[in-house]
Amino acid sequence: MATTLDHTWFMSRRHLRALVRQPAYIGITIVQPVVWLFLFGSLFKRIVEIPGFGAGNYIEFLTPGVIVMSALFSNGWSGMTIIEDIDAGVMDRFLVTPASRGSIMNGLLVQQAVIDVIQALIMVGIAIAMGARFAGGIVGVIVTIVAGILLGLSFSSFSNALAPLLRTRESVIGIVQFVTLPATFLSGAVMQPSLAPGWIQTIARYNPVNWAVLAGREALGSNPDWSFIGIRLLALLILAVACTTLSTLTFRAYQRAV
Amino acid sequence: MTTTSASRAIDARDLTKTYKGGVHALNGLSFAVAPGTIFALLGPNGAGKSTTVKILTTLSQPTSGTATVAGHDVGKHPDQVRRAIGSVAQRSGVDRQATGRENLTLQGELYGLRGRDLTVRVNDLLDRFGLTAAADRSARTYSGGMERRLAIAMGLVHRPQVLFLDEPTSGLDPEIRADMWAEIARLAREEGLTILLTTHSMDEADQLAQRLAIVDQGRIVVEGTPDQLKGELRGDALQIQLGAPAPNGEVHAALDRVPGLREITLDGATLRARADNAATAVPPLLSALDAAGAPVASVTIARPSLDDVYLRYAGRAYRAAGTEGAAQ
Repeated sequence: MATTLDHTWFMSRRHLRALVRQPAYIGITIVQPVVWLFLFGSLFKRIVEIPGFGAGNYIEFLTPGVIVMSALFSNGWSGMTIIEDIDAGVMDRFLVTPASRGSIMNGLLVQQAVIDVIQALIMVGIAIAMGARFAGGIVGVIVTIVAGILLGLSFSSFSNALAPLLRTRESVIGIVQFVTLPATFLSGAVMQPSLAPGWIQTIARYNPVNWAVLAGREALGSNPDWSFIGIRLLALLILAVACTTLSTLTFRAYQRAV
Repeated sequence: MTTTSASRAIDARDLTKTYKGGVHALNGLSFAVAPGTIFALLGPNGAGKSTTVKILTTLSQPTSGTATVAGHDVGKHPDQVRRAIGSVAQRSGVDRQATGRENLTLQGELYGLRGRDLTVRVNDLLDRFGLTAAADRSARTYSGGMERRLAIAMGLVHRPQVLFLDEPTSGLDPEIRADMWAEIARLAREEGLTILLTTHSMDEADQLAQRLAIVDQGRIVVEGTPDQLKGELRGDALQIQLGAPAPNGEVHAALDRVPGLREITLDGATLRARADNAATAVPPLLSALDAAGAPVASVTIARPSLDDVYLRYAGRAYRAAGTEGAAQ
């Protein structure tokens, strides 16, 4: 256990250093959510005027949606590092050392979680600058970030599970992209679900993206319903555990196939 | 374990490996390596060398057979094997986004080195492999030779007992290759390290290895010291260019008196023969020809090459086998 924690730190440090050395990647990671916030924020500004929308300021409504959406988008890329490491022989090098097997995946998850936090804080700051006020305060922001991280853990593990199976960037990114946009729009990320058609409401109820968005939005509002939030965070946690288990299994399959 | 395995750094017995899809990479491969020696597995691409290394380094499991490395069973105690070995794969495994120092440090940390011990060890290795000046540069900027040196340094960071070098010089320039050979030889000599290297280069095996085994189609076809294997080809080849064509009978009569010469043939002014030891056969040969009135223009001695050995044991020419393997 101590070894796994130690090694997770070593692996995380490796990925975070690599991240810092790719300014273009950091730039896109930061700029993209900002663009979403501006773009959707301006495009749908008057959507709050629809009767029954139930929110006064669209930016306040949108912020948890874009935080979760950005977490989804950036975590989907996680498997690329696995493919690069397999192709460069880095993965096999780790596997012939006493490196904790779990730490190889954990390092990637920590890197993604750090990206999630940075993205979320920037978006909250911009939303506030654009006039949004979050009644839920710091606690609300923390809950939103936790929801984004839990969803991100699931999705990066999904990407990490695909990578050793498919072994090509194109196929992993293809599948990940195929999932992200529909999953976002079949949730309450940018639109009040109660105003969406019935079939979308039904799908949204089982969509983890929606769980994360609703938990965050509830926590950012006034008088949050903590059992509503707790149930969704718990569901996200269970999903994250299931997905990380899946990625561990496909990683073992890769080790057997070497 | 048995007493024999303790005196063997590597002991592979009847290894077989069948990949999904029915490709038989290994077909009952066995060999043993004495501690502190360099052992080469020689063979063309696809012969089974890399599969053998993957099994011995715990990366891959054999379909059947057993192996011990540094006295530990690779199947039953992979963790103990991992602590005892260093491995430098064909794809170097260097993280190109990290610096040389970061690569070495992480590698040391994974083996449990920490703090001052780790810093000192990393600095020593950087220095020893001529990477101190480039230590804090991204490995992406390294030349092929530098990257290979870094990979070897990484394989040594925890002072392993057994080092695996899979094709250590493939793709390197000739002069860099010579430096690498010197470094590998020094490791075995000065550190008592056992080295298993795989190569498809006859020269490399001949230069470095105390013993070598020729691998073909997943099994070992012959094993011995380079000299033994070449010696079994019954001697050196001599080619003598005479100043002018000479009568066959007189030349044969003269040479029959020279001890140790065999398979003498004369073709115009070109005389060919074999000798167990050409160096000692040349002086009497020269004087015999001189006495027979057939002055010599030049003499060429060819030691039998491992190419000849491969041809003999694998039953086909090395280059032909290489193309076949690469086409698989």
